[in-house]
This record gives sequence, C-alpha cells and structure tokens, in this order.
Amino acid sequence: MNTRYSEMADKAWRSFVIYLPYVWLLLFFLTPFLIVFKISFSDPVIAQPPFTPLFDWARSGLSAVYITFDNFLFLFEDDLYWLSYLKSVRVAAFSTLCCLLIGYPMAYAITRADTTARNILLLLVILPFWTSFLLRVYAWMGMLSTHGLINKGLLWMGFIDEPMKLLYTDFAVYLGIVYTYLPFMILPLYAALQKLDLSIHEAASDLGATPFRVFIDITLPMSATGIIAGCLLVFIPAIGEYVIPTLLGGSDSLMIGRQLFNEFFENRDWPVASAVATILLFILVIPIMLFQRYQITAGTNVNE
Amino acid sequence: MDASEIGTMTIPMNEKIDNLLDDATTGNARLGNRHDSNAQPFIRIENLSKEFDGVTVVDSVNLDIYRGELFAILGGSGCGKTTLLRLLAGFETPSTGRVIIDGIDMTGLPPYQRPVNMMVQSYAVFPHMTVEKNVAYGLKKDGVDKTQIGEQVSQMLSLVQLSGYETRKPHQLSGGQLQRVALARALVKKPKVLLLDEPLAALDKKLRERTQFELMNIQDQLGITFVVVTHDQEEAMNLATRIAVMDDGRFVQTGTPTHVYEYPTNRFVADFVGTTNMFEGTVSRIADEHLLIDTVDFGDIKASPTPGTNVGNQVWLAVRPEKITISKESITSETTTCIKGVVTDLGYYGNRTIYRVTTETSAVIEISAQNQFRASEPILDSEDEVFVSWDLNSGIVLKE
Repeated sequence: MNTRYSEMADKAWRSFVIYLPYVWLLLFFLTPFLIVFKISFSDPVIAQPPFTPLFDWARSGLSAVYITFDNFLFLFEDDLYWLSYLKSVRVAAFSTLCCLLIGYPMAYAITRADTTARNILLLLVILPFWTSFLLRVYAWMGMLSTHGLINKGLLWMGFIDEPMKLLYTDFAVYLGIVYTYLPFMILPLYAALQKLDLSIHEAASDLGATPFRVFIDITLPMSATGIIAGCLLVFIPAIGEYVIPTLLGGSDSLMIGRQLFNEFFENRDWPVASAVATILLFILVIPIMLFQRYQITAGTNVNE
Repeated sequence: MDASEIGTMTIPMNEKIDNLLDDATTGNARLGNRHDSNAQPFIRIENLSKEFDGVTVVDSVNLDIYRGELFAILGGSGCGKTTLLRLLAGFETPSTGRVIIDGIDMTGLPPYQRPVNMMVQSYAVFPHMTVEKNVAYGLKKDGVDKTQIGEQVSQMLSLVQLSGYETRKPHQLSGGQLQRVALARALVKKPKVLLLDEPLAALDKKLRERTQFELMNIQDQLGITFVVVTHDQEEAMNLATRIAVMDDGRFVQTGTPTHVYEYPTNRFVADFVGTTNMFEGTVSRIADEHLLIDTVDFGDIKASPTPGTNVGNQVWLAVRPEKITISKESITSETTTCIKGVVTDLGYYGNRTIYRVTTETSAVIEISAQNQFRASEPILDSEDEVFVSWDLNSGIVLKE
C-alpha cells in the first residue's frame, strides 16, 4: 500500500515538473499570440479597444463572425512592409554572420586558455549585461556622433580631415546589433567547443591533416550545434530589433520592429500591427523548425 | 603427458636457459627472433629529454628499435612513457635530443608529416563519421585515389574483422570494436611505425587477452614496427619482442621479456615486472660453486656466484614465487636454501595457488605453486608448518 502510494506521488510529481513549463508557455506565449492573431483579422476603429470584435454574441449564442483579410492584403499591397521585412532579414543575417566570424575565434581562444584566464575571459563576455542595454546603446551614440570619441580620435590621428557621418547610418545599426548580441553567439559556441576532445584533434593531425584541415574536418562539424544555437540566438532577436535601429539608425532604416511600433503606437492601427507581428513570427518559426530537424538527425549521433 | 614426453621437453628448455645465461653474463640484450641483430636501427632515440615547467618527464633517453619489432615500453603511471610516445608522434617537442626514423631526423616535423601513426587509449574515433569514413580519413588526407581508398579500407576492415560495419557510427559500437576502428584507421596508412598508447587498457580481461594475440598476428602480417606503451607487465611480456622498463623518465632495463623477467638488473625491475621475494643481506663468503648471503631474517642463504660481488657487499637476492618449492619436509642439499615457516595466507587461483609463509622472524615469503594434479582438498592449509626451499640458481643477486 505504502509503496504504491509513494509511486503514485512520484508520478504526479514527475508530470507536474514536466508539464509546468508547458503551462507557462501556454499562458504567457500561446495566449498572447492567439490574441494578436485574432486582432489581425479585425477592422481598426476609433474606440476602446481600437478594433472590431470578431464574434457577435447574441442572447441565444454566437450569431455572426466577422473576419477580414484586409490587413494581410494591405501588407502585400504596400511594398513598405515587404522592404522592411527584407531589410530586417538582411540586417539580422549579416549581423549574425559578423557575430559568428568574430565570436568563433573568441570562443575558441577561451576554450584553449588556462583555467584562471578562461574564467576571467568568460566573465568579460558576460560583463556588459551588468549595465542596462539602453545605457550601452546611448554610450554608442555618444561615441559615434559627429563630435564623438571615434571621429575625434580619427581626426587627431590624421586619418580623416573632417568628421565622418557614423551615427544614424546602417553601419551604426550593424555595429550596435553585433556588439549587443555577440555574447549570445560566444556562449553557446564556447559550450560546444569546450566539449571537444583534444585527442580527436590530435588523431586527425596524426592521420595527416594540416591544422586547417583539422579545423574544417573536425572542429567545425563537431561544433555545429553550437554554431546553430548561437546563430538562432542572434538572428531571432535581431530581426525584430526595435531599439538599436531607432536610436542608431537613420530615418530611412526601415526595419520591421520599427514598423510594428509605428503601427501600434503612432497609427494606432492594431489589426495591421498584429498582421505584421503574425507574419514576423512565421518568418522566425522557419529557422527554428530547421534547427529542430537538424537536432533530431544529429541527436542520434551526438549521444555517445 | 607421460614421463618420456616431459623428458624430451626439458632438453630444449635447458638450452634456452643456458643461452639466456650467456646473454646475461655478457650483458647483451637478446632480440626477438624477428629481428636481425646486424641491422641498422629503424628508430633511433638520441639523448631525448622533455621538461614541463621545470619538471623533467623524459630524462635523456637513448634507444634503438629495429625494423619489424614489437617493442613495449613498460612503466607505472607518471613514469614518462606516454610523453615519450608523444615525442615520437610529434605532439610534443623535445627539450633536448632527437628522434631519427628510418634515417630521417624527425626534429621539427609536425605530426601530420611524420611516417608514424598513433593509437591512443581513448581511441579518439571521430564521432561524426561512419566507420568507413574514419578509416578512409588518413588516406584522403594523403590524396590517395578514390577507388584505391575504397579497396584499402575494405581490406583493412576485414583484417580487423569489422567487415559489415562500414556504415555504423561510433556510438553504435562496443569498446572492442572502437579499438579496432582506431587500429584500422592507423594501419591503413601503412605507417613506418605504429605507436600504441595503452591499446588494450579499456577492454575487459578476456577480450584483452584475445586482442593481444590479434595485435601480434596483424603486426606479423603487415611487418610494421610497433611501439606499445603499457603499464601491464603481462601484456608487455606477451606482446613484445623487447621491453624497456621505464621509471622516473629513464629506462632502467631493456631486453627481451624473458631477459627482463629472469635477469632483472636492479630491484626496481625485479619488483615491477612480476612478483619477487627480496632477501637483503651482506655477502659473507664466496666459494667456487656458490656465495653465501648473511641476512637478518633468514640467516645464511645460498646464491650462485655473481661477478663483481665481494665479501662485505650489500646485496639483494631476488627469487620469483614460482621458483620456490613448498613442502612439509625439509629439503637439504649443497645447493638449496631451506627455510622453516608457517602458512599464513593462501590464495587459490584454480591453475595455481599462492602461499604466503611467515618465518619465525615474522618475515613473509610468497610462493606460487602450480596445481598440476587434481586434488579433492588442498594438500597444504593455513597454519600448516612448512619448509620453503629453492635452488641457488633460482635466485638472482642484485647490487642495486
């Protein structure tokens, strides 16, 4: 009796622990998304809330459903949105590539450093998180401005004759995104590279592979999960980034995050804004699904 | 087996012992029968040292290894044997000295340019490649033609009995199979020298014994020079044509397995390779046919005359447990030493029994007796009063 009771308690506890995160996701991710999804099929009105209801509830029950696809069609008609999506994907992809190119050697160097140096280096990677993200972006504004630190330095050294326009350019946006998201690239790469067994590198070298071939044949494929995880962690937030393009980018830097903000808060067109958000989500879901598929196929190989 | 058969077997055995005795007295290391002693050394290690942060791990080692040998470096953990192997493979750069393989100085050559392949204890099989790709890897790096690679890989896989496992991934293989993949991967490149670091340590006992013989067969078939590093003295003795016993970065003795076992040159080797009873004393008398050693615990014991020993020298007599006879009756003869004691410990191993006999001075002597006859109950038991005896030729006098 006793053991049965404790077994049942065990089972209940296990399912509680397993399903708790799902409840969390359901409450705070799926429900808001469904609300946004629902709004995207409404018409905007000047009212509180600023959109028409989808369902008309009479006393006897559901009497009518009003669904409009105008918001989505509108997104297709006005190429402003498509250009914004494209630009966002381009900026996010290029920033991700930059983060990868800068982050990979850094992560690799950290794994190869001795223990004390490794801890200090890891701390330095995480250190920027200790100050507010906004403050750091403002600091970049100060440095990039016409009379900022960078222009002054370059003028003083004689590389340029007059201040360059750095702030409010695409360059500033790339710089800001790469700077902000670099730790999200380095940390998963570090985790993946740190697990690599040095004896496997040595075996490849022993079998006749030059250091470059060892990197291509062994290091790179064996750190693939870290590369993919890092890329997703940079790409996904970067694509919807609002603060960096707004503060560092020029007025012409139309990224989708900014469009979304404009539709919600300036035009108060919640249905169109919701449609923008819905499509953005689908753009983001595609790389995640690809990653999942990769993990499923690679998962069987990684288990030793 | 009847008496006449035993008789015919003992004659060649005696001859062998005589040969060994000659070698021992002249100091020549006997080489394996696969080796021609007039040949030039294939691997020459000259004055090789390696320091890590001021700690000398390999200490001016000199060694010649000949073509086709299966050479074992035997030593405890931390004796520098793995570092020595890594120096040969090129993973470490020597602090001093050099390595010459087949007449070519290896100094400064990176691992991927050496005609040497290494198999490590963890096997280091590439986890993201199939068995076939693992084995083909080295050939691909050498730019071997694709059809040739396929041929050689399948040949090698059948040699290590892994045919049919081509498309398996390493995580689907057992420890023994991984070991074969690592071996095939190293051998398929037909290196001049194959270095093996504890090749069998990760396998269970039965598999290890079987793999030892397979390794020897493969080495015989391919004729590649093998250098094996091991801490397991039985493995070294079974595998190797010659053994170098290593301690604290230096070679303490080099020779054939028989030579190292039967004629250790010092107490470390006698103790490390196999088990030994060590009798410490001073030489009290030297006669024509024997010398007498005066010991505190065992009184006078007899030993065969050894050149270079004088009366008053401190010496150790090393006697292997299996060379001591245990019986209930005292054995007295001109050439035997006989000591009285009590059996205090008894270990039954099936094929042999280990007795630990405590003398009146509470010193312990270990005896290993072959269980030649099937007995329903042990002839000797704990607390039995016994006599242990050995012939003077059974022991070896050590001066250090």
